[in-house]
Amino acid sequence: MHYLPAVFRPVSTRLALSVPGVCFVLWLCACGGGGQPSSGQPSSFGFGRTASKAEIAAESIAVGPDGRGLPAGTGDVRSGRLLYATKCAACHGLTGKEGPAVRLVGAMGDTGKAKTIGNYWPYATTLFDYIRRAMPYNAPGSLSANEVYGLTAYLLNANKIIDSGSVMNTATLPRIIMPARKYFIPDDRRGGPEVR
Amino acid sequence: MNEEEKSARKIDRRTLLTGAAAATALVILKTASGQVIQAAGQAAQGAGPLTQTAGQSTQTAGPQDPTKVQGVPPSVLGTRSPFEQPRLIASDTSSRTPLQDLFGSITPSDLHFQRHHGGVPAIDPRRYELLIHGMVDRPMVFTLKDLKRFPSLSRICFLECSGNFRTGKPNMTPQEICGLTSQSEWTGVLLSTLLREVGVQSKATWFLAEGSDAAVMTRSIPIRKGWEDAMIAYGQNGEALRPEQGYPARLLLPGWEGNTNIKWIRRIELSDQPFMTREETSKYTYPVKDGMIRQFSFEMDARSIITFPAYPVQVEKGWIEIRGLAWSGRGTIDSVEISTDAGKHWFPAALQEPVLDKAHTRFHYLWNWDGQETEILSRATDETGYRQPTLSQLVAARGPDLGGYHLNPITAWNVKSDGRVFFKPEKWK
Repeated sequence: MHYLPAVFRPVSTRLALSVPGVCFVLWLCACGGGGQPSSGQPSSFGFGRTASKAEIAAESIAVGPDGRGLPAGTGDVRSGRLLYATKCAACHGLTGKEGPAVRLVGAMGDTGKAKTIGNYWPYATTLFDYIRRAMPYNAPGSLSANEVYGLTAYLLNANKIIDSGSVMNTATLPRIIMPARKYFIPDDRRGGPEVR
Repeated sequence: MNEEEKSARKIDRRTLLTGAAAATALVILKTASGQVIQAAGQAAQGAGPLTQTAGQSTQTAGPQDPTKVQGVPPSVLGTRSPFEQPRLIASDTSSRTPLQDLFGSITPSDLHFQRHHGGVPAIDPRRYELLIHGMVDRPMVFTLKDLKRFPSLSRICFLECSGNFRTGKPNMTPQEICGLTSQSEWTGVLLSTLLREVGVQSKATWFLAEGSDAAVMTRSIPIRKGWEDAMIAYGQNGEALRPEQGYPARLLLPGWEGNTNIKWIRRIELSDQPFMTREETSKYTYPVKDGMIRQFSFEMDARSIITFPAYPVQVEKGWIEIRGLAWSGRGTIDSVEISTDAGKHWFPAALQEPVLDKAHTRFHYLWNWDGQETEILSRATDETGYRQPTLSQLVAARGPDLGGYHLNPITAWNVKSDGRVFFKPEKWK
């Protein structure tokens, strides 16, 4: 997993419990990836309840970069353009460039310093995930899957990433390679004397 | 200088000390930013000479001998003295802690900085649930009551927004420069306890943390942090979390950039990859050299700032205790050095015990100021040997297009010969 930072903190984690006049330093033995219980704790407390498949399905709205989590549905540039005009343009501007909310549209090299979907966003799936969970601002979470696919298609087209005839769905959206993807690198700061 | 300012300056230290001892002469100084400072309190603490500056006005309470009248009876909720009115500075997106007005290392809960991505939600704790699922053996739901049944733990640590650096003009306070850092004693259950409860599968390397605010805020977190020291916190400074800090429960990732500490947490999904959410792709990432963009920049590097003397105070020649805060997301503060000659010489500051892991650490340095104009600076070194850089070192390391995140430069204060203190902004773009 190349994103996993290489340097691990010391295995033991120092936690201080303060009592007036006294400072107890408690050394807890943290566990490795296997998650074996430390001594004195049961392997399970039995608190909480089992989650049902239905409630997991209802809550798990996250979409991964490989498309995991995308719901069934479809949307095209045309339907997205109409929806954008009614639900998004008031904040993001008629063409996604005017604001007052963050600028959405601007292909690589077009915008100067503004970070846009076209010049900065590394994954197209993030559009679907974010629009579905948090937009529109005045009614977050109110859009259907088809509406979100449509808006995603419209914004990708406006950023010159897909053509105007493209349709977005569970198969097509994860296959899009965003122009900025190749610029993203994991953090290489590691502590120690070198400033990075 | 107007008449009010002149009268403020006329108050000498002896008057203030005498007044403080008698607890009668209360001088309230209102700063340009609307904060009110009790000058008598500052002087009584040995903060040194006057704390008034240009642009302040004064109000004096009428003389009253508190020994000649019965005080108010016990109350059901304590209050802050009306003479103490510390305030956050709020914008549309965040509000900033008045670092220059605080003592010790704990930030009063109502003065903790705030950064919300969809406002502060109203959550009924009786309906609160945390779902943990994904690559686990037993997907489970925990109520707030369930969370509180598990072994509890309290720890003191700072929380800092990764966008915690402002510059540009001399009349900036510590609050304006880096007020997006605060410290609390947090109480909750270790996330590792919950991970054992659900049985994390070996292929899980990341988890998604999701809030129940209007942004349904999400960040992907490497699972090593979950085993190391992550907590689900429900307590802050001895009471339940404040709504602005995630009531009734939040993720706490000691030392990691603020936005990863998901507030109002409702769901944790174990996965074998990061989810590439909006906040970890289009936000909270920043340009580094060669046109590249740094992602998953979690740890907050070591930093310090002198909070006294700092704008807007004015000091007098003689002994001054330089005070400030130092912290590192990578462990304990090893040392803080002070320069009172614009960086030519550096001397160690005293660190207030206990020096805790990933915690604001107060430092002190006694300085006998000769009245000559100079610059005072602080720089922190943490237990990894990382020494707080200058802004030019950061620019050299990351290139001229470096973004606004994870900037922790040495902060210089210019002390004028008349005792006024100003921030020294550096050109960097």
